[in-house]
Amino acid sequence: MQLRTVALGAALSTAFACEAGAYTAYVSNEGANTVSVIDMANFSVIATIKVGQRPRGIELTKDGKHLLVAVGDDDTVEIVDTATREIVGTLPSGPDPELFTQDPEGKLLYIANEDDNLVTVVDIAKRAPVAEVQVGVEPEGMGMSPDGKILVNTSETTNMAHFIDTQTHEIVANVLVDSRPRFAEFKKDGSELWVSAEIGGTVSVIDPVKREVTKKITFEIPGLRAESIQPVGVRITKDGSKGFIALGPANRVAVVNGTTHAVEDYLLVGQRVWQLAFTPDEKYLLTTNGVSNDVSVVDVAAGKVIKTIQVGELPWGVAVSND
Amino acid sequence: MRRLILILAIMLAPLTSSAIAQVNEVRIGYLRTPPPREALSLIDLPAENDGLAGAELAVADNNTTGRFLKQAFLIEETRLADGEDPSQAVTAMADRGISFVIADLDPDLLLKTAAAAQGRGILLFNVGAADDRLREEDCRANVIHVAPTRSMLADALAQYLVFKKWRKWFLVVGSHPKDVLYGDALRRAAKRFGAQIVEERIFEDTGGARQTDSGVAQVQRKIAVFTQSVPAYDVLVAADESEVFAAYMPFRTWDARPVAGSAGLVPTSWHASHNQWAALQMQSRFQKRFSRFMTARDIQAWSAVRMVGESATRTASTDPQTITRYLKSPDFSLAAFKGQKLTLRDWNLQLRQPILLADGRMVVSVSPQEGFLHQVSELDTLGFDRPETKCKLK
Repeated sequence: MQLRTVALGAALSTAFACEAGAYTAYVSNEGANTVSVIDMANFSVIATIKVGQRPRGIELTKDGKHLLVAVGDDDTVEIVDTATREIVGTLPSGPDPELFTQDPEGKLLYIANEDDNLVTVVDIAKRAPVAEVQVGVEPEGMGMSPDGKILVNTSETTNMAHFIDTQTHEIVANVLVDSRPRFAEFKKDGSELWVSAEIGGTVSVIDPVKREVTKKITFEIPGLRAESIQPVGVRITKDGSKGFIALGPANRVAVVNGTTHAVEDYLLVGQRVWQLAFTPDEKYLLTTNGVSNDVSVVDVAAGKVIKTIQVGELPWGVAVSND
Repeated sequence: MRRLILILAIMLAPLTSSAIAQVNEVRIGYLRTPPPREALSLIDLPAENDGLAGAELAVADNNTTGRFLKQAFLIEETRLADGEDPSQAVTAMADRGISFVIADLDPDLLLKTAAAAQGRGILLFNVGAADDRLREEDCRANVIHVAPTRSMLADALAQYLVFKKWRKWFLVVGSHPKDVLYGDALRRAAKRFGAQIVEERIFEDTGGARQTDSGVAQVQRKIAVFTQSVPAYDVLVAADESEVFAAYMPFRTWDARPVAGSAGLVPTSWHASHNQWAALQMQSRFQKRFSRFMTARDIQAWSAVRMVGESATRTASTDPQTITRYLKSPDFSLAAFKGQKLTLRDWNLQLRQPILLADGRMVVSVSPQEGFLHQVSELDTLGFDRPETKCKLK
């Protein structure tokens, strides 16, 4: 019996290794002050990196050499060498950094400073701040237009998506969305911007040219109170055909048709699901489930959860390497 | 005698003088009597700006958002002297173009203010009075209640005590009218959620100072004697809004029992240790500005001013009637660090809200508790519900 399990496990991991390549996923554990390193070949945690206090926003640099982790209670963004898994430096993020995004070249980092109603722009190579933009109350979500010309920041108490010109660092438009906007995601062709509203319970689809809301995606799950449906993380496939939306304490990820914006399915994942990331081949989607301390692996084509991986306490963000 | 403080309309820094001309203004009044200076524990003495600080922070938050919509908010405080009739103050505020007034007043004064405000089209926000009658038989169409009621607080506590299976209560009620009202709410809550009051005693206020040198030794003996010979109970529940005895109960009872209600585990709309649902950001924003902890009165005033701001944002208008109409519509909701949106009960204009249960240092739990179900909103398991209401809005 035991032998058979082992054999099956080996067969599975070989199969996945062929399919998924050797992607590595990094999960920030807000409660544990660690980053879990997951080998996507066999969906197992292969290392745990100790980082600063309250790690949340997490991204890889475009060259894949460094992992950037916002450690809010230490008021900095830590730089982790992905080869040695050691902290090799910090970026001057401004106070209480939570989420950030990069320009398409990976030279600049745009960081939301929740406590100061600011977006700080940092030169990654020089590790120096280059600009600050005054935004609404409690800035959080950060989305970059595919052409790099517009940065979108969402402010949670002002309830707006602020369109910031990346050349001038001026706000050029403000679009009102529903309560507590948490995340901003552009379609890869730049045709749509999706903004989730945690307390409002909706995702606004925004026309980035007209800069107005063209549609609101709403959710309904039988047996669940409307208040427990709290959209946070949003990811859209490269071809724009499918969107995935993490619904927080509803413990589900909504699968949304990218063209019609109709909700096609709700995938049951772990508890309090917040952030999402695709593997680069978009075969898998990872979800961070804060309350159950795990990560769910969604088979994107099959639309099924195929695996749950235990990580550290209160997993918050997730990033996946390109190779 | 009335003191008037004008709180500046900060911000506007990025706007040029020509832009200021286009900014539309919302003036909010803050009406209160001198804050009570009585508390058993020194750390519970309210700050001079208790409540007002919350309103000021919300004005700043509204203005940060207002910058993008060319809306500016400002707040003016009016303080009533002891026994002063509020009519004059209402007239003065209306004459200065104020349409929204945050009221931190006792129930009788609030009703007088509401009567005076009605003729001047002023909408009041009750941030200080927990009296259920203001939402029931004495409800008014021009008063929105941001403060939770005694029945909401009592129900929130009862749900948790029942969840803990601490069903046998020893109820101790103070001798002042508001203590009696809180006692009534706790008795109602016990009945609703299946707790049993095995003994009830009244703690008479015999007068005297709350702070004395060498008082501790006496209190230790007095409370032990007072709580002697009670039938077997799980928890002592104290109703003491007057700050006469409740804070003396923990660790001094004859039997080793936990204390809840006005001391021990306290139901409240805010606590300085509340950090969930982004409340941490709110706490640090508040502390940075005012160098003290944020209180229940502060969050109630913050929420009231934010309700005005939120409606001005959503309607892109500073017209008082437009704002009021939106506020009272089913579209209105407020995010206020409680994990879900807060909405208004349309039958009595009470703000629905989760209630924190805090032990003085930490938030122990948040009600409604899991499993207390409701056909409309689980928040309506707290307090008087629509079918029980005596309110006829007029």
